[in-house]
Amino acid sequence: MTMTDTKKGTMDRREVMGTIAAKRGTALMVTGLGSATYDAGTVDHPNTFCLWGGMGAAAMTGLGLALAQPERRVLVVTGDGEMLMGIGAFATIGAQRPKNLAIVVIDNEHYSETGMQPTHTQRGVSLAGVAQACGFAGTETVYTPAELDAVVPRLFETDGPFFAAIKVNTQRYPMSIRVRDGAHLKDRFRENLLGAERAYY
Amino acid sequence: MKIEPTPRLWPGEIFQALKRSDVRQVAYVPDAGHVELIASCEADPGMSAVSLTTEEEGVAMLAGAWLGGDRGALLMQSSGVGNCINMLSVPLHCRMPLLMIVTMRGEWGEFNPWQLPMGQNAERVLQDMGVYIHRANHAEEVGQIVYAAAQLAFSSNCAVAVLLSQRLLGFKDWSK
Repeated sequence: MTMTDTKKGTMDRREVMGTIAAKRGTALMVTGLGSATYDAGTVDHPNTFCLWGGMGAAAMTGLGLALAQPERRVLVVTGDGEMLMGIGAFATIGAQRPKNLAIVVIDNEHYSETGMQPTHTQRGVSLAGVAQACGFAGTETVYTPAELDAVVPRLFETDGPFFAAIKVNTQRYPMSIRVRDGAHLKDRFRENLLGAERAYY
Repeated sequence: MKIEPTPRLWPGEIFQALKRSDVRQVAYVPDAGHVELIASCEADPGMSAVSLTTEEEGVAMLAGAWLGGDRGALLMQSSGVGNCINMLSVPLHCRMPLLMIVTMRGEWGEFNPWQLPMGQNAERVLQDMGVYIHRANHAEEVGQIVYAAAQLAFSSNCAVAVLLSQRLLGFKDWSK
């Protein structure tokens, strides 16, 4: 995509999340604060760790997890505002080149939690372009359901680091209120992944 | 002012303390005080050493490490403490361990006044956030302090910062 790109996302973010989650298999997932975490609440799984804070943390949390679990696929799903706050992570992950890590930005080009202010992605910044320039093994920007269907297997199979920006419309959904306690979410994730003995030793 | 002798054993003792604590991931923003330690971690096949663009990335990375069953350590200079503050919400709220090893600037014979605002306040700011402080002032206590801090962090699920006093790093004489 170029800086003059004016295509707009038309897909629905929850359908995108559903399409990705349906193919996750044994993948471990980290979601970034805001809408991506709320979307994940509709397809909850014990192998998902949802961040409700620490804006900018999602991609790097994914890197630490990917390094700790090299035999498992790790998928980060976050929003454009959250990714922009941690944009340096593209450089750190590009330098590290973890084969088992993929990052998806569900990109509505707005800060939807705070009043729908435009993010930089609405103003010409290409996150896929940043990821590519930082040395990611593969990057895509996706606008249509057909393109999404083509990219989803690559999230889970191709050598990473892989990045996809998935352009969606600005539809907002109510917060899918569920467990917000981070200590519980962490323990749930660790117990499921590592077993109780190792999770709590 | 007499220049203090510089050969130092404590970086190797920190490395040994990290190994004994089973630390597998080391995230860092380089500092002159961490030269030997970073080199040791980079050379160890049992460790992933990750260079960061900013220190807060390391806080998030080590949260992910813990989720995946790895212990980690975050190396930085005191100026990096300020970059971490909001990101500390993640380990603090989630009751995840975090071991930070901070080389101090802005204190013992500092020559660069720009280092003072963060250096002089790093300890207080960390404490205000709920990070426990272990300060090392003497070379012979560094290894022990890091090992104790690691046990505190990993066995009590809390955030601990070891502050390595600038005095340990030696005195730079800029008067001539």
